[in-house]
This record gives sequence, structure tokens and C-alpha cells, in this order.
Amino acid sequence: MTDDEQPSAGRRLSRRHLLLGGAAAGIGAVGAVGIDAATRPDAPALAEPLNGTQTVPFYGVHQAGIDTVPQSNVALIALDLAEGTDAATLRRLLKLLTSDAARLSQGEAALADSEPELAVAPARLTVTFGFGPGLVAAAGGIRPAWLRPLPAFSVDRLDPALGEGDLLMKIASDDALTVAHATRMLLKDSRSFATVRWVQSGFRRAPGSVKPHTTMRNVFGQVDGTVNFVPGTPDFDRLVWGAANNPSWLRGGTGFVLRRISMNLDKWDKLDRSGREASVGRTLHNGAPLTGTNETDEPDFDAKTAIGFPVIAEFSHMRRARSENPDERILRRGYNYDEAPNTDGVSNSGQLFISFQADVDAQFVPIQRRIDELDLLNVWITPIGSAVFAIPPGCAAGSYIGDTLF
Amino acid sequence: MTFTTTTPHVLIVAALAMFVFTGCAATADTTEPGATAATTAAESLTITDPWVKAADTGMSAAFGTLENTSDTDINVVSATSSSATTMELHETVSDSAGVIVMQQKEGGFVVPANGSYELAPGANHLMMMGLTAPLIAGVDATFTLALADGSTFEFTAPAKDYSGANENYDDSETNK
Repeated sequence: MTDDEQPSAGRRLSRRHLLLGGAAAGIGAVGAVGIDAATRPDAPALAEPLNGTQTVPFYGVHQAGIDTVPQSNVALIALDLAEGTDAATLRRLLKLLTSDAARLSQGEAALADSEPELAVAPARLTVTFGFGPGLVAAAGGIRPAWLRPLPAFSVDRLDPALGEGDLLMKIASDDALTVAHATRMLLKDSRSFATVRWVQSGFRRAPGSVKPHTTMRNVFGQVDGTVNFVPGTPDFDRLVWGAANNPSWLRGGTGFVLRRISMNLDKWDKLDRSGREASVGRTLHNGAPLTGTNETDEPDFDAKTAIGFPVIAEFSHMRRARSENPDERILRRGYNYDEAPNTDGVSNSGQLFISFQADVDAQFVPIQRRIDELDLLNVWITPIGSAVFAIPPGCAAGSYIGDTLF
Repeated sequence: MTFTTTTPHVLIVAALAMFVFTGCAATADTTEPGATAATTAAESLTITDPWVKAADTGMSAAFGTLENTSDTDINVVSATSSSATTMELHETVSDSAGVIVMQQKEGGFVVPANGSYELAPGANHLMMMGLTAPLIAGVDATFTLALADGSTFEFTAPAKDYSGANENYDDSETNK
């Protein structure tokens, strides 16, 4: 973390909070914050609003967690349904999980919650459910054509243990303990219906570390995801929530793609700064195109260097990921991961590349195909996990996620 | 969650409630049109967050928070469920050796006027004995509470997998 992202006042505050933390431990987190505020010379009369009390509505036309400003922590969980799961059993499972998600997201303990005290700080908790082809078949529903494993790409080195599945739960919050508790509760209620296929955790900056709506940085230090849909715009409505050719049960829903991208930091270390910037076509300083000065400047792909080469190289990631077809766009909501090193080096890091799009085949696959054919970034990154899920619409209070499928 | 109230003195209403108990329609206006303001205890009783522990056979227990909106205490004297052969109203207390044991609550549960009465694992609960069928996670079980004034209060509760609430089982077996 650099100094410009963490004001020194924040550091002083943290240190004082830490010193008092021991004495206040018996009072609990809320008590500790209260003491911290009270000992500040310029303490306001009222306690500052806590991040933990913020909530995102659960019920609605669309599921939460897609047009929500990305929370700082995510757990993606894929379940495999027990052999022979029928529609009635599936409905029971979805009702239980919906109840847990609805309550926990509003800061209420789940029914039969063994740790109700962990439910009081939702910190914008959302739980987003996705259905794999196996679940749609078990329900007797119509499978959208794109709901299947992505076509094989030459860059892929996929581990089946990190991909696909019957039921996806995307659990996201600005508080990691809240994610852990929601995960525990949802898995307890899944236990007699399904087994855990994989869990993948990711993170972004913590709330308050940088200005809201700052584009995330990946573990390579790059500004990652500048070009993205804005909720409430016609693009978002058409290309994320749009009907495409999807079956009617999916109206109000969308498609989900996960690509677990291993990012080889030890190899990346050997590349100098200009090489790093050339690989993407953007500056490391603020993510501006190499032909511009601000992050959101439109790149000038025709600009040439003094000796006649393109400023933004043909092989750069930005040029390869961009399509001239405006329909070939996706909503990106990626997260970083950083896990215990394996035998390949001192780091095992990368990105949970997550995208939402109404039609995976029409929107995501062409982008991935171009990147597969040519993208300098492929030297340092490798897709090692892949999954596609259909995200059903939201539901009304009293109903459950997936009700349109039955 | 759905619940209904029935008034045994008004047989027509009781029969009607049986037909529509899956909806909320019977909750508000179960008294006969033109009836006086006299209300039953059941009409002042609600339950919040009811749930029941999933179990394949044998025993289980139901939980939730009973709330009384009237100015008079409500006495729950017994409980029945189509999911169990018999039911008891249980409390957990410390015995002379300091061990937490479970026993039938003498006189039943009293939900105080304008107050609540919590049924929770390790505390007061509705004990189910002799399950009539596996109570599997996600199914709804229906319960009927008989109140001291002769009225009855019905509610449904979803079954949830839950590893706790084992004191119910152990103690019941020693009590038998």
C-alpha cells in the first residue's frame, strides 16, 4: 500500500484504536469504536456511521451483488447436488438458502443460526445464486444454449477441481468475518442436499482505503477494469439484464463467467516498467491509455511512435480485448486472490475474473477468443479454472430464488 | 410462515380455518361478523421465526418466539403436531447437582401480557416425540398450541439441519 492511498491521519487513528483495543476487547467491537471516537480531540458528538450496518436490499427484480458496488471480500462456492436430486428437493434447498441470504443480508441472524452475534454487521452482504446445467436439468427447466463449459482455449491449463458445478453461491461483503459466517450458515443448510465442489476467495481494497468507485488494481499493480457498464444505463439493461434468447425463467437474470487466472508474479518481476505498460497499453500510474493522460481517455489506436510503430501495440491486452462490435461487451466484477505459495515460487496469486453478460456465447466468448489468439499478457497469466452459471432473477418477499424455474 | 387462530366456540369459523390454513386470510377476521369485542387468547398470540430441528426418526423440538399483544397473560397448556405422536412443553433447569436437565414445564408456558416467551435450543422448547415421518430439511411442519381459554393457535415451521439441541434428546430418554 502506498502513502497516497492511506492518509497519515488514518494511520494515526488506527494506531490509537489498536492501543485501546486491548482494554476494550471485553466490550466488543462497537464498544471499542466508541472509545476510539471519544478519545479523539475533535470527537464528534455522534458516533460515525459504521460500515458494518450498511445493507443492500435482498428482494427485487434482479438478484443483488451484480449491480451492487463491488464489496471488498468475496467467497465463490460451487456445490454439486446429490445424485438423483429431484425438483421438490431442489425447491426445499433453494427456499432454505433464500431465507438465510435474505435474513443475513439485512443483519438478522438466520433461522437456527448458532452464532447470531456474527450476523449483526452485514457490511453490504449480498448472496448471489447461480445455476449450472445440472441444476437446470434437475429442475426440468430449459437450458440456455450458452450454459455449458466454455470452448477450450489454447492458453487454458484448467484444473477441473476449480471449475463448473451445479449451484453457485457468490457471497460478498465489506467484512471478511461476515463472509465467513454467511458461508458457514449457507453450507450448513446445503449439507444434506449437496457437496462442496470448490471454494474460491477473493479481495479488493478495504472500504475507505481509496476513493469510492476507484477502478480496482490487480496483483500486477495494473488498473484493471476501466471500461465497464454503469448500472441503470441502457447498455447495462440490454447486455446484462437483457432477454437475449434466454428461456423465460431467466428473465431478469443474466449469465455468469468465472475464469481463475493465475498471474505469475515471479516472472512479471523480470519485466521492466515500460514492458509492463506495453503489455496492456495503459500506464501503471493511473491506467491512462498510453496515448492519453487520464484513465478514462479514449485510446488512440492509430497513434504512432517517432519511428512508426503503434503507441498502443497490436499485441496489447487492451487492443485485443476490445471489439468493434458493441454487443461484445461484458460487466466485469473481478477480485484478486493471493494464496499460500506452491512449488513454483514464493507467490500463488492471481485474479478471479468474474463477468456478467446476458449471452455468454455472444458476448464473452468472442473476447476470450481474440485474447487466446494474441495477447502479450498471456506470457504472464494462465487460466486455471473456468465456470459458467445462469443467474436467475431476484424474487419477491415470501418467494425464493429460482421460483421461475419450477 | 403461516399461522391461523381458531375459536372453538364458533364451529363454522373453525371449519373455515381448516380449509384455508395455508393462507393468511383466516388470521384477521376469524370472529363471527357482529360478534362482540371479546377475543380469544389465540387472536393475541403470534410466533416469530419458528423453526424445527430436522430429524429422521424419534424425537425433535420446535422453537421460535411467542408474542402476546394483549393485556392478559396467555397460558399455553399443550401442543400437538401431525409430525409427532406426542408433544410436551419443556423447560431446562439446573438440578441439585448443577446439571442442566429438561423437564415438563409445570402449568405450561405463560406468555406475559404485552410480552414474549422464547423457545430456543437449550432452553424452553416444544418437544416432539415419536416422529410420524422423517422431518427433512426444508419441509414445513404444522403445530397447534392449545391455550387455557380453550382457543387454539396454529403455525408452521420449516425444518432445519441443526447439530445442537441435543439436551432435549438425552434428558427425555432418562425421563422415560
